[in-house]
Amino acid sequence: MTTLGELAKLIRSKNAGPFNLTFDIMFEEEEAYRRVVRANVVNKEVFGRIYRIPPEKILLVHHDAARAIKISIPRPVFSCDLEDGDCYGGQQFGPLVDLEVPET
Amino acid sequence: MAEIRVLSPSGVLGSGFPEASFERGLSLRPHVIGCDAGSTDMGPASLGTGVPHFSREAAKRDLRLMLLGRECLGVPLIVGSCGTAGGDEGLGWMRDICLEVAKEEGLRFRLALVHSEQDKTYLKRRFREGRIRPLEPAPALDEGVIDRSAHIVGMMGDEPIAEALNEGAEVVLAGRASDTSIFACVPARLGADRGLAWHAAKILECGAACAVTRRRPDGVFAWIRDDHFVVEPLDPGMRCSPQSVASHTLYENADPFFITEPGGVLDTSGSTYAAESGRAVRVQGSAYRPAETYTVKLEGAELAGYQSVIIGGVRDPYMIRQLDTWLAGLRTDFDARVREILKDGDGPPKYTLVVRVYGRDGVMGPLEPLAHELPHEVGILFEVTAQDQKTARILASTLSHFAIHYPIPEWGGLISGLAYPFAPAELDKGPVYRFNMNHVVLPDNPCEMFPIETIEVGAR
Repeated sequence: MTTLGELAKLIRSKNAGPFNLTFDIMFEEEEAYRRVVRANVVNKEVFGRIYRIPPEKILLVHHDAARAIKISIPRPVFSCDLEDGDCYGGQQFGPLVDLEVPET
Repeated sequence: MAEIRVLSPSGVLGSGFPEASFERGLSLRPHVIGCDAGSTDMGPASLGTGVPHFSREAAKRDLRLMLLGRECLGVPLIVGSCGTAGGDEGLGWMRDICLEVAKEEGLRFRLALVHSEQDKTYLKRRFREGRIRPLEPAPALDEGVIDRSAHIVGMMGDEPIAEALNEGAEVVLAGRASDTSIFACVPARLGADRGLAWHAAKILECGAACAVTRRRPDGVFAWIRDDHFVVEPLDPGMRCSPQSVASHTLYENADPFFITEPGGVLDTSGSTYAAESGRAVRVQGSAYRPAETYTVKLEGAELAGYQSVIIGGVRDPYMIRQLDTWLAGLRTDFDARVREILKDGDGPPKYTLVVRVYGRDGVMGPLEPLAHELPHEVGILFEVTAQDQKTARILASTLSHFAIHYPIPEWGGLISGLAYPFAPAELDKGPVYRFNMNHVVLPDNPCEMFPIETIEVGAR
């Protein structure tokens, strides 16, 4: 079984300002990008389940020129609030790495 | 329109750049040198305290090279978001460094300081007029929030910078500025297509971050022409690819196709990216859509309290298996102990205790899907926040002793349940701040929130 992490060049998360989090799943090869998009591995329902957020609050785009899938959500806790454990938002992508990509 | 050339020596002033790269950039005869010097990335501390993220020494080294380069070519130098947060303290800090370099190097120029720190009376008036609007998501805003903010800055567009240049400024040190306005200002003044100017600016503002692999903080150069722009990293050992440049609109943006600026939206949904050479990329098709309403984003920080923290580790399998029960009991009984030592009138003492369990869900907290998988060892971070440092310290020193001996049912007798790497176990962290607004102001004009101060540097 292939994972998203194996196919991607980079999976990262980051603040988009202090109030939003954004996730980039980037591919080197067109074929890997197309395969993940075709298999619909990352969609609002899957992402919403993992990050416990209703799909209507999720922005998800396929950026063909960048060969990237991008997801943005409002931060569950604002950056650097007392409860926030990740001021830069840089380590929130972990659960995406091992998502399984079916053979096509 | 003639070709307009823009030099971005570094993604952020103070992080550095190789001199050889900068010299190459100067040899390409830019019409303007721009550099971003701030961000909200590092958190609210710079805005709250006024203390910049980078050291004075690092900022001075970078600014000296830029001032000398500017002098050599006779073109404007624009530095935005001075002192990290762009408040008056940060701007004053950068001004002093600038004046010091000018004196040491015998430079003469007209310097403009464009202030972005906001007057609370002005903001409260705009709030009462209904001309402050929330973005999504935003914390609640009222006049009390404005009053208790340590500092509030507005994020300027290119207009106040252009105003400074109109008044003859050769060096512009700006407070909080939209990263793109630093780089789009001069091309827009010289008649560049606004879509191309803003898209180029969006790529320029992070320096060599748009390269395939950025080996160290470095610079990038752009040529803006009639119907396209070309971008290339200054270090001959680095290259941009169509994908690396396209990817750059992803970085730190919520939406990669529609990027909101004070006066409009940069639309990159129709942009195309093609290799101009092995190292340079040509971009076409970007559009700038003016907004119906001009908006200035606010950034505010307020004191959240003073912190003391404790770091401890747990290896006892019995304790790890019931960690949440143990922590819940500890929290309740510690609170009772606090009431014995701190009297706050008739009410309970005010403090916040945040506990993070590293190895389990310290990074993602309640979002962690694997929190049920028990490791053999965890690290626990206790964060005590109170209204002053003395109280935070009293609470933390009480907690470190209370927690290490707090029992579990499996063991009889006194336990030592936490491994502390430090003695004393408590660390004082000082004041901590929080961002308290994600709102925009609707001003009467783009410049009213950003007063300009002019200094004739080196004048006799």
